[in-house]
Amino acid sequence: MIPSKNFKLYVSILGALAIISTVRLWTDQDALTSSSTIGTALRLTVPILLAGMAGLWAERCGVLNIGIEGMMIFGTWFGAWGAWQFGPWVGLLFAILGGMFGGLVHAVATVRFNIDQVISGVVINLFAFFGVRYLSELVYVGKPGGGISQSPPQKWALPKFNLPILSGGEIAGWKSSDFLGWLESQRWFILGDLGGIGRGLTHSISWATVIAVIVVPVSAWVLWRTRFGLRLRSSGESPVAAESLGVKVNHLRYFGLLISGGLAGLAGGTLSIVASSYYRQGQTAGRGFIGLATMIFGNWRPSGILTGALLFGYAEGIKLVASDSITALFLFIAAIAIVFFVLSIVRRKRSQILVTLVVFILSAVAYRTVSTVPESLTQSLPYVVTLIVLATANQRLRPPAMAGVPFRPGEPH
Amino acid sequence: MSQNINSQRNFNSMRKSLNTLGSSVSAIILALIICGVLLLVTGKDPFAAYGKILETGLTSDKFLEMLKRATPLIFSAIAVAIGFKMNLFNIGVEGQYLFAALIAAEMGTHVSLPRPLHILFILVVAMISGAAWASVAAFLKIVRGINEVISTIMLNYIALSFIQWLFETFFRDNSDGGLNVKTTKIAPSGRMPDLVHDRLNGMFIIALLVAFLYWIVVFRSRFGFQLRASGLNPIAARTAGIPANRMILIALMLSGAVAGLVAMSAVIGDVYGYGPSAIATQFGFAGISVALLGRNHPLGIIGAAMLFGFLDSTSAELQLSGIPSSIVKVIQAIIVLVVVIVNEASSRRYNRRTAERAALALKSLDI
Repeated sequence: MIPSKNFKLYVSILGALAIISTVRLWTDQDALTSSSTIGTALRLTVPILLAGMAGLWAERCGVLNIGIEGMMIFGTWFGAWGAWQFGPWVGLLFAILGGMFGGLVHAVATVRFNIDQVISGVVINLFAFFGVRYLSELVYVGKPGGGISQSPPQKWALPKFNLPILSGGEIAGWKSSDFLGWLESQRWFILGDLGGIGRGLTHSISWATVIAVIVVPVSAWVLWRTRFGLRLRSSGESPVAAESLGVKVNHLRYFGLLISGGLAGLAGGTLSIVASSYYRQGQTAGRGFIGLATMIFGNWRPSGILTGALLFGYAEGIKLVASDSITALFLFIAAIAIVFFVLSIVRRKRSQILVTLVVFILSAVAYRTVSTVPESLTQSLPYVVTLIVLATANQRLRPPAMAGVPFRPGEPH
Repeated sequence: MSQNINSQRNFNSMRKSLNTLGSSVSAIILALIICGVLLLVTGKDPFAAYGKILETGLTSDKFLEMLKRATPLIFSAIAVAIGFKMNLFNIGVEGQYLFAALIAAEMGTHVSLPRPLHILFILVVAMISGAAWASVAAFLKIVRGINEVISTIMLNYIALSFIQWLFETFFRDNSDGGLNVKTTKIAPSGRMPDLVHDRLNGMFIIALLVAFLYWIVVFRSRFGFQLRASGLNPIAARTAGIPANRMILIALMLSGAVAGLVAMSAVIGDVYGYGPSAIATQFGFAGISVALLGRNHPLGIIGAAMLFGFLDSTSAELQLSGIPSSIVKVIQAIIVLVVVIVNEASSRRYNRRTAERAALALKSLDI
């Protein structure tokens, strides 16, 4: 019997859990799967995830979006302004609108005027960075707590909730049990990790996080299961063929870029409204580019982007919450590598044998010798991982065929 | 007859460059109008702002500052333009020049040489380091086929953290005791002499020299022809026997080498070392703007860099007179966007008109 795809997935998730649980008990680093690490990781995942989805929507309709970072900057500024003036929900709306403005500029420049998509993106990044600085000088300077590089703090925060029964949420005023928290505190093999991860994902969750996570299945459904999505993807794969079948490629690219900008703006909004309570210059800190990296890592697919964003978010989260635990991750990588090493011997894949062995030796040596990983080097992890993925799995990556190629409707091809 | 064709060709090329200049100038004016509207909407008087820019920018005092601010932009724009000429988008100038600045500043403290040699040594180290960092992107493109746009973006961030790590763990000099930490100061023999005391240093001359060399190498040499041919039509170039991979490697390394010089006017002219807060960032991205505005031509780049330097030099006075100084950068970004759009539109119109004229000429031949 050939095991189904889902069965393999469950086995590998369980295997990874078993390994990380063993590593946790071995090294005594409970922070690896504690609910606070996972919770922080989730909060850091959200903007990267949304930025990645922004990249997906743009590239699927055939336009590279280097300007995600700039659109996120618009999102942080306008989101913080809206939240400061009218409250967090309106703030998120303004963040989306701010990002959509960036998307519209990108669309007009690349779709209407056909200029190079990379150039347009780069200019949007510059324009956004200095544009919001100009706006800050006009609006925030002189307000209490505000200045040229930051907004006054917001008065209200978005509500957060805990899931009832599982992680101590309230049902009509009655505080229910915190089952997962109890499970986590027992520190059992695998079950303790499940408790920590589960509680991290369900305890003190902001509604904005829920929205962000919902974006993934909704995007996947719209892009792959609706007529609109098929047409949008076709204008990224083969605009000429799409046009010959009567698809209005340029209209769809406008739509795609508006959605892309809106998602990037929302990503910025979660930074200035959910993750903190004010706008600060440089708040995006290159997350737009991490989002771009995540999109490549995720092979231009929503599920892959979710995986990549969780990975990068987890790496960032563990660095923030428990930087001592990072060395334990080397042991985790070594263990994973040895599993793949054995698998590749069984499957007789020579190229993998060498790679996995090298990874195993490197990470094992790193675990024995490195005591602290310098903060400055861990920052570059998403970028290094993306370059490695690009360099090793380039043949298996499948970007939209015509993303980045200018298209003029009605011209002979 | 041949003379006739020649003069016709000269006339055509002159008309084309006049066209180019005209479209760039009109684009700049259009951008200023858009910016004026932006100023008006945000409650500032555009005439007052532009008046202030002209009033302060046109004093002889500001002339030197303009040249000083233009210097790194010229290097950065030429680095970007070398890539553009081969259809390579080197977004990585940012990482390349910062990496080169740190390495050159550190290496410069470890040698003792007489003055011109010491300066030369530092400049060469900077160029090698910039080229080395750029070659990573070149190898990734040649060996694994990774688009240089993505790889140079990633390498920018990797460079930033790598530099920070190198600086914090090895090169930092704490003896000064101040908050503003730097590498050890470069000895006087390695410092670039000033052209005008404390206002402008010799790197400006080197920038002009590099612009001239760029013109010779890219527009007047065999190598430059191969470079531009690979950019205009890679398939034709390969058919003609131009080695594509070697061209990629050389073009990106040349670009990185010039990028390595971007921060040198600060490293050996002002700061005499490297410090995270002493060396200005963002020149890599500004260089892209300047290259686009100057349309990859050395004279255009120098002119565009002067324009940006001119605008930058007025920011302090603007701030004093109640107009947010960031408007200068906003103007620059809008100028670039409008220029790129106008250039694209005008080149399409030019191509269409050429095609129409050719069709007309063919018709009159009555074939």
